[in-house]
Parts: sequence; structure tokens; C-alpha cells
Amino acid sequence: MSKMARIRKEKKTPWQKFCAWVNGDAAEQMLLPAQPPKESKKKAAKAKREKTTSNHRKDMGLGQFDHIYRICAVLIGIAIVSVLMAVVLKLPLFGSPDNPSVNEVVERYVEKGLEETGAVNMVAGMILDYRAFDTFGESSVLFLAVTCVTMLLMRDRNNTDKKEDMLTAQEHVIEGYEEDIILTKISRLIIPCALVYGIYVVLNGHLSPGGGFSGGTIMGSALILFAVSYGMIRMSRFFTYATFRKVTSSALMVYAASKAYSFFTGANHLESHIPLGTPGAILSSGLILVLDICVGIVVACTMYGFYALFTKGEL
Amino acid sequence: MPFVYNFPFFSIFICMISGIVTPLLKNGRWAYRLSLFASGAGLVLSSILLGTIGPSGQSYSFMMGHFPAPWGNELSVGPLEAVLAVAICLVMLMALLGGRKDIFDDILPEKQKLYFIMMNEILAALLALTYTNDIFTAYVFIEISTIAACAIVMAKDQSATLVATMRYLIMSLLGSGLVLIGIVLLYCITGHLLFPNLQQRVLELVATGQYTMPLTVVVGLIVLGLGIKSAMFPFHLWLPPAHGSATTASSSVLSGLVVKGYIILMIRLFYKVFTIEVIRELRITNMIFLFGLAGMIVGSVGAIKEGHIKRMLAYSSVAQLGYVFMGIGLGTDIGVMAACFQILVHASTKPMLFGCASALSASRHHNKQLHALRGAAYENKLAGVGFTVGALSMIGIPLFAGFAAKVFFASATMAQPVKMWMTLLTLALSTVLNALYYIPAVTVLWSRPVDGETGEKQPKDPAFAVSTVVFIAAVFFLGICYQPVVELIQTGLSLL
Repeated sequence: MSKMARIRKEKKTPWQKFCAWVNGDAAEQMLLPAQPPKESKKKAAKAKREKTTSNHRKDMGLGQFDHIYRICAVLIGIAIVSVLMAVVLKLPLFGSPDNPSVNEVVERYVEKGLEETGAVNMVAGMILDYRAFDTFGESSVLFLAVTCVTMLLMRDRNNTDKKEDMLTAQEHVIEGYEEDIILTKISRLIIPCALVYGIYVVLNGHLSPGGGFSGGTIMGSALILFAVSYGMIRMSRFFTYATFRKVTSSALMVYAASKAYSFFTGANHLESHIPLGTPGAILSSGLILVLDICVGIVVACTMYGFYALFTKGEL
Repeated sequence: MPFVYNFPFFSIFICMISGIVTPLLKNGRWAYRLSLFASGAGLVLSSILLGTIGPSGQSYSFMMGHFPAPWGNELSVGPLEAVLAVAICLVMLMALLGGRKDIFDDILPEKQKLYFIMMNEILAALLALTYTNDIFTAYVFIEISTIAACAIVMAKDQSATLVATMRYLIMSLLGSGLVLIGIVLLYCITGHLLFPNLQQRVLELVATGQYTMPLTVVVGLIVLGLGIKSAMFPFHLWLPPAHGSATTASSSVLSGLVVKGYIILMIRLFYKVFTIEVIRELRITNMIFLFGLAGMIVGSVGAIKEGHIKRMLAYSSVAQLGYVFMGIGLGTDIGVMAACFQILVHASTKPMLFGCASALSASRHHNKQLHALRGAAYENKLAGVGFTVGALSMIGIPLFAGFAAKVFFASATMAQPVKMWMTLLTLALSTVLNALYYIPAVTVLWSRPVDGETGEKQPKDPAFAVSTVVFIAAVFFLGICYQPVVELIQTGLSLL
């Protein structure tokens, strides 16, 4: 068979092309046009994949029901979507005065929020004072998520082999003497600004839109940028796994301790002795500032932790 | 307010703070001790609380912060919650004791600490799900228990556990997502998150006939979501691989507690938000009832086909959860009471079975196929006795806990003729099926090996002995002196 004939034969329908594009095959072919497609290897891989999938399906008791299974999945999906759409049409209008969520709860948050929590930013007052228990749970979720990822991806003897260790060692050597000048110069400008901006957003959480979650993300992205541009070795000079553990745990401890105090006094109708300060001042609104800082630290560490664990498998 | 009323809040916070402190500890051993302390402290606090509010049948709500009901978070505590909290802490403590050896064998030393973080947070989440009086707090702790539960399956780090975790994670997240959509829609039509206010609004909506369709969908989504997470029949396929492949303590906690946490929440939502009458009118109970019956049969059939002892036990969990759903599906107080009792029975039996199965297979190079375990009971007699007691309880032999539960289920159906014959037939069939896989397993364990092959002698494990003895005692206690427990559950349900 001539070369031309083979190419013509490989011509695909638009749908197949689209599938290939979704799977990332098209890009590969464009990058490496000289290489003929390795049919045999691909076929073997495909056969292997099919075998494992079919084994898996057999385990799940599907086997010959495969087609019915797919049709059912689509039908159930459509059914659920249409039911949910129908429900959405029947829901009360957003923003209309007779919406059920316009009630005494929201009224008090809006009207008395400033007086009772001392926070100009009502959202901060709501999530860190009225409903601080939920937010404690949410910060624990982040802590747990990053712990989970550590458990799974942190290098250990089960999930690494010699080849990977050598690759990492090589990368470390390259990082040691090769520096991307444009990247490092630019990031030297950006990182301090990003960090300061993140700290500003956290510290102003009770005064303006923002707070621990958003500010923490900004600080985390600054840390990630540092790790990208200067490499993990420089990063590990001031941020190791031990630091990460200590910082995250202490921040959550402070959160837990201060909230435990406030829950205890609140439930037992004791006076809390925490001054609310003048609304609008930076040192005001009682515990909200402290809690914002704690949440910010946890979020920043979590963001960076995810990045480091997913790329390198270490912190 | 009496000081004892603070104890639910203390026990939740002790567990959460233990989880947070754990990364700072020196090694896995210390983390283990801290976990034991947290669950032990939880047990002591919950027992004192039960002793105080149980006999007099008090219930109260506890303000989490300075703001009262519709504005701040709240816990609500009554005899039912206290009983469940005692059971949860006890089972957690005993699962940690019974699975100690396997935890330190199965998990890499540098990751053991992380494992105990997850255990502490699971305990905190389960307690919070039991006590919470706020639907959004419930969702936050559902998330915590989802993540932590997947992590304790994954901790063993073998290909089987990773695949099982993946399936578990996808199913579990699907469940969480459905619950969240349900909560959002519920907030849209009621404007509240606290249980008492929600109930008031829901009853208003039902009375005026407003938003009937969204309300039905909300109940459906929440039941579906929690059902997926607690392995209700058509969504049970993730459970056997996850519970069957994890390390012993994880299997015990997952089977004994985590799946129950969602069911407890479902029961509390039915009573405190939607009210059981509304649920019955929406005919959701009939669906749950049918799924429960199907689960009882399908789980047992799966277990009969299984040769791997831990997966067999996991399929048996599916069947036992079917009983719980059947009880809820009856839609009467006495049915739900039987379901709560079954939760306690299963929570005290299944962790023991998992612990004993692992101890028995330890002398056979951890080969968990039933044929490899011939005569294993002679090498570890306590584990053999524990497994036998658990098996007899699961089949439903008189004097064992499972029998009491079955009697309650049977008597709970008397008022509803159609459901009665369905329940009784399925109960009988399921008992026979249970016997069909538990009796051969017990026989294999106690029959002398043919070729005179004996396994290596295992060193004595006092922690395992304590946990097995406590579990055996609990099984007999629930099987013989069930009256006080049932009375507590009944007062608790009437106060919900």
C-alpha cells in the first residue's frame, strides 16, 4: 500500500476528528508529523485497555448489559435534569419581596449585624460570628483535604520507584544552576505585591469584601509562583513539610480555641470579655479578625500544599 | 444551665482538636494514644450525659455561640442522641483497640499519623451529625466524614484499596451533591436552616399546598443522597470492595459507624424537619421500604457468592442496612425504633466480626479466602468465639442481639397488613440466607485442618482481647437486657 493510500484511509469523519481532538491526539500529531503512527503499539494498548475495562465491567456484573446500561444512564440523567429544571421553574423569584428567604433571619443579619458583631463586612460577620461553627467545619474540610492528598501523593516506598527518584534528583540539579531570567525577575516584582495584597485582603476581611478564604488564595498563589520560578530547593529554605504542619495546625488550633471559648461563654450565658471595638477600625469586631487570619493561613498553606504535592509529591 | 449540658459540645471539640493536634505529634504511636484518649473522653462524657438526661427524658438545644436559634448554630440533645453518641464513641474506641496491630502493619510509618487525624475527624463528624440542629452544619460534617472515610480506605495503599476508594469517592460525592442540591432547594422554599424553623415552615407549606412539587423533590434528593452514602440497595455496589479491602479498623468503623451516621441524620431529618406524617404522605417511605427489602435479599445473595471473608462480611452489611431501611420505610414510630435498635445491634456486631476475621487470617499469612482459614479458630480461640457470636447474632439466634432486632421488626409491622406479610416473608428468607453463609464460615473455622497444616502462632494481643470481649458483652447485653435501651430510644424518638 502506498503512503498516500494509507493517509487517505486514515481520513476520519468530523466526529472522529472531534473525539481525537478531545482526547488530545490531534495536538500530538501536529507536533510530531514525521513519526508514522505506531499502529501495533496503539492497538496493543487499546486491547489491554479494553480487557481491563471489560474485566472491571464483569466485576460490576454488567457484561452483556453494557448497552442497556449506557442507555439507562443517559435516560436517568435526562430524567433528573428535567425534574430539576421543572423544580427551578416553580421556585420563588430571586429578589422579590415575598421570597421566603426574606425573613427575620436575614433582617437581623443586615440590621443588627454591625452592632452585634462589629464587622462592617456583613458576610464576615455572618460566617465568622453568627455561624462560626460551620466555618470551623469548612476550614477543617480544607485541612482534611490537604491531609488526604499528602496521604496519597507524598513520596513513600509504595508510590515511587528508582527511576522517579533519579528524575527528581536530575531536576534538582537543573534547578540548582539554571535560572529563567525573565521569570525570576518578573516574579521578584509580582510576589511581594501579591503577598501584600493577600495580607491586606485577609486583614480587611471584616471591613471590606474579602476575608480569610479569598485572601488566603491570593497568598497561596504567591507561594506557588515562588515555587514555580525559583524551584523547590529555594522554597524548602523557608517552607518545609514541618513548617507546613506546624503553621496549619497552629492556625486551626487558635481558631478552635477562640471559638470554643466563645461557644462556651455564649451557651452558658457568660460574658465573653472580648471587646468589639469601634466598627470600621482595623482592630475591631472581636474575634473575626483573628479567625480571618487563621482561615487565611490555612487556605494559603492548603493551596500551596495541593500544588506541591500534585507536581512533585513533596512539600 | 447545668454543666452536663455542655458535654456534646465538649466531645465534638475534643475530637476535632485531637485531629488538628495530631500532625504535631512525634509518631504514629502517640497519635494512636491521642485517638484512644479522644474516643475514650467522648465515651465518658456521653455516658455521663446519658445518665443525666436519659432516665428523666429531657431534651434541650445548645446554642453554639452568642446568638439564639434562627441566627446562630445549634445542637439539639435528647436521649436518642445520647444513646447513639455513647454507641459511636464505644465502637470507635473498640475498633481502634481491635485493629491496632493491623493499622501499624498495613500503613507506612510516616503516614500513620495522618490516618489517626482521619479517625478523630470521623468521630467528630459522626457526633456532630448526631447532635446538630442545623441542616447546613449537617452538610459540612457530611463533607468531613466523606473525605475522611475515603482516606481511611485509601490508607492501606494497595491497588485494590485505591480502586475501591475511587469508586467510593465518586459514589459518595454524588450523594453529597444530591444532598446539597436538596438543601439549597429547601432553603429557597423555606428561608431557614435550623430544624425547628424548617419544620414550622414545611408544615405551613404542606397545609397551604404551596411548593408541593419542590418539597417532594427536596425530600427525594435528600433521601437519595443519604441513601447512596449509606449503601441503600440499588447504590450498594461501592460498599463491598471499600469495606472488604481496607485495613481492619477502617472496615470496622466504616461498616459499624460511618454508613450509620447518614441514616441517623436521615431519621432526625424525618422527625425534626419533614415530620414522619408528611414523609408518609409523599410515599417516600414506601420507596425506602422496598429498597430495604431488596437490599436484605441482594446483600445476602452477594455474601453467599463471596469466598473472601471480609467482602462476605461487607455484603452482609448491605443486607443488615436493608433491615434498617425497611424499619424506616414502615413509616411508624415503632418501625423507626426498631431501625434505631438495629443500628446499635449492627454497630456492635459487625466491627467485632471484621476484627475477628482479620485476627483469624493473621495466622494464615493474611490470606482472607475462606478455604485458607480452615481450623483457624483453634489458633486464636478468642477470635473464633467472637466470630461465632457475631455470626449467630447476625443470623438471629435467640439471646443474641440480632434476634431482638428481628423480633422488633416483626412486631413493628403488625399494624400494616400489606407491609406485614412482605416484611415477614423477607425476614424469614433473609434469615435463611444469612444462615447459608454464616454457618459454613463458622464450620470452616472450627473444623480441624485435613492435612494437619497449622499456621504460625501469633503473639498475644491484649488490645484485641479487650475489644472482642467488650463487643461480645455488648451483643449479649443488647440480646438479653434490651428493655432499657428500647425505652431510651422510644423516649428519644418521642422527644425529637
